[in-house]
Amino acid sequence: MGRAEVAAALVEQIQPIALAREQRLPVLPAFASLIPGGGLRRGSTLATDGPAATSLALAAAAAASQDGAWVAAVGFPSLGLLAAAELGIALERFVLVASPDTEIGPDNEETAWAAAVAALVDAFEVVLVQATHRVKARDGRRLAARTRERGAVLVQVGSSGWSEGADVTLEVTDARWEGLADGYGHLRSRRVTVVGGGRREASRPRRAELWLPSIDGWVESVVADPVPLHA
Amino acid sequence: MTVWVPDWPLFAAGVPADEPAAVFVANRVVACTAAARAADVRRHMRRREAQARCPSLRVLDRDVERDARMFEPVVQALEAFTPRVEITRPGRCAFPTLGPSRYFGGDRALADRVVAAVDQPVMVGVADGPFAAEHAARTAYVAAQRGDPPVWIVEPGSVAEYLAPLSLTALEQPDLADVLRRLGLHTLGDFAALPAADVLGRFGPAGAEAHRLARGLDARPLRTAPPPLDLVVSAELDPPADQVAPAAFVARGLADELHRRLDARGSVCTRLVVIAETENGERSERVWRHAESSSAGSTGTSGLGAGAIADRVRWQLDGWINASVRQRPTAGIVHLELHPDEVVAADGRQLGLPGEGFGGRDTGAADRAVRAIARVQGLLGADAVSVPEYAGGRDPDEQLRLVPAGAVDLTADRPAVHADWVAAPWPGRLPNPSPATVHPQPLPVDVLDGTGRVVMVDGRCTPTAPPERLRVDGRSHRIDSWAGPWPVDERWWDPERHSRRARFQVVTDDGTARLVVLERGRWSVAATYD
Repeated sequence: MGRAEVAAALVEQIQPIALAREQRLPVLPAFASLIPGGGLRRGSTLATDGPAATSLALAAAAAASQDGAWVAAVGFPSLGLLAAAELGIALERFVLVASPDTEIGPDNEETAWAAAVAALVDAFEVVLVQATHRVKARDGRRLAARTRERGAVLVQVGSSGWSEGADVTLEVTDARWEGLADGYGHLRSRRVTVVGGGRREASRPRRAELWLPSIDGWVESVVADPVPLHA
Repeated sequence: MTVWVPDWPLFAAGVPADEPAAVFVANRVVACTAAARAADVRRHMRRREAQARCPSLRVLDRDVERDARMFEPVVQALEAFTPRVEITRPGRCAFPTLGPSRYFGGDRALADRVVAAVDQPVMVGVADGPFAAEHAARTAYVAAQRGDPPVWIVEPGSVAEYLAPLSLTALEQPDLADVLRRLGLHTLGDFAALPAADVLGRFGPAGAEAHRLARGLDARPLRTAPPPLDLVVSAELDPPADQVAPAAFVARGLADELHRRLDARGSVCTRLVVIAETENGERSERVWRHAESSSAGSTGTSGLGAGAIADRVRWQLDGWINASVRQRPTAGIVHLELHPDEVVAADGRQLGLPGEGFGGRDTGAADRAVRAIARVQGLLGADAVSVPEYAGGRDPDEQLRLVPAGAVDLTADRPAVHADWVAAPWPGRLPNPSPATVHPQPLPVDVLDGTGRVVMVDGRCTPTAPPERLRVDGRSHRIDSWAGPWPVDERWWDPERHSRRARFQVVTDDGTARLVVLERGRWSVAATYD
């Protein structure tokens, strides 16, 4: 075998290992039916919407974060950090970035906000973004392209402000808290209905019911309806 | 020749030598004034001990950038004598004397001129080799205390005799010195008398380096071959940088690039030339030497790391741009160049495979994150980026707080990001799950009972009536279910910060769960469970 052939054989041996793991970031099992391919494809965008958009976005990033990914959140002035930790975000790899008040960037071409998000996409594997202002269509396209190029995942929390749809969309259509009664108990769990949509491989409509969180504090699929105590 | 200003950090801070003061880093003395030394304050001493020995001690924090900036005029004065001034660290620099001495008529004449040319109280030591010259400068300091001129010259060829009576601590390798002392060796002369091959065999490269120093030689044999040109890294700045920060940012990238190239060759840089040029052709060129030669005995040659290189570029530019009007550049910096002047094989520690930190953590990702954070800080301001850390508290916004990302080392393990960091229990905490939105400014609301009156809480923490309606922003919601109160009575000892409040969880008819708080008769929404 010649030198070149050995090299080619080695390349072949090495490649598949890199591919399977490299292309998708892991998600919690509860998301398996909601996110095509059972993982967040690197270079794609995800949008969450509805009454529990923030929790849903954090839960979607949780498995990747536990797996060693760095997560940045831009424009969440009132994020409940404790909730993020409880949903499974590894705080040692979690960074919060405040949105700038002004929209004028270093060269007026690109807003400072977009430049900051682009810089984060370069290094962080998951970037959660809540648009505090209207995102220019050009900035949105540019960020999506940057995300694709760098293999990160851009999560748009709340659809307001974005002019273009994401590759995968998840919308909470119904959320119900449980555990509270008239004057006693405390919030324990929340049952949400999530409807999935998106482009290409995600275009098939999907629907799932999740505990966000469950009574044990996890994010789980609703397996069966609980049996009512008083039939 | 070594030119040294004793206790530079204090001199730069503007503290007179007769006032007891010390500069501390991590609670240890790193420098102190002569007055403090007279009171038995020593380097490496703990702050408490230092203050016990000298109660009137003034405590200062270290400001490396100020030290570097203030040293710039000294270097500029020396540049009148020679173009090759090597800055070992702020406060100390060295240059070869062969040419200048001949021109100015001998070492003594040159040293006298140097002392006269520099405004600061410099000590000048002349010897063969920088190590001996440095100690000659210390001897000069002792001479100056007696009132002699602050110059000490070791005649050529007599370096070994000069060094022989010095203590082993001069090597600045405490571990090695300790071992040698237990072997019965107390001076550099004793150590130098050992056979070189045995020292190398017993103490490794770091020991061999120390042995060479003790014998009055250079730490490493001279290498005459110039470093290959492909190690020179440079960048053009467009638009020109007239502030330090943008240039320093570019320098950071250059430093990383240089470090990567050195790494690939298995080399480290021990002497670096930093060149900056402006639009109008002004030029700042400085030689920086790696000061801490193999400090911990076993680490071998460590060289200048990427961070250290970037720091030195920033110091140099800071000193140049903020110099007096006469010496300041008249235009923005357009060109930066890093020129590794002395490159040696990295025989020291191996930090593991690239991207693998200790414990198998991916420090490559952390480094990338830190770099991206620096970039975002440059765009949005240093306060824009923050990271969470646990702190004690009873409310959702208290249990985790945000600290500026610049204040922590993200590449290292941070205990404060783990929930067990807060050891003490905080009774009165709300049960899990926590709200995903915590309003920085509580939103004022009204919580009404069935008859439309505002619900209050009595002294035994029972609501006056079950809450039935919640009015937010003029819109009224029916309360489907509620629980509480979770009372908090905090800081009753402090009249200004005393806070007594009752917290309720309410779920309204639109399915939203909120945390509402009653404090001083006013209701507000503290958090939303969304």
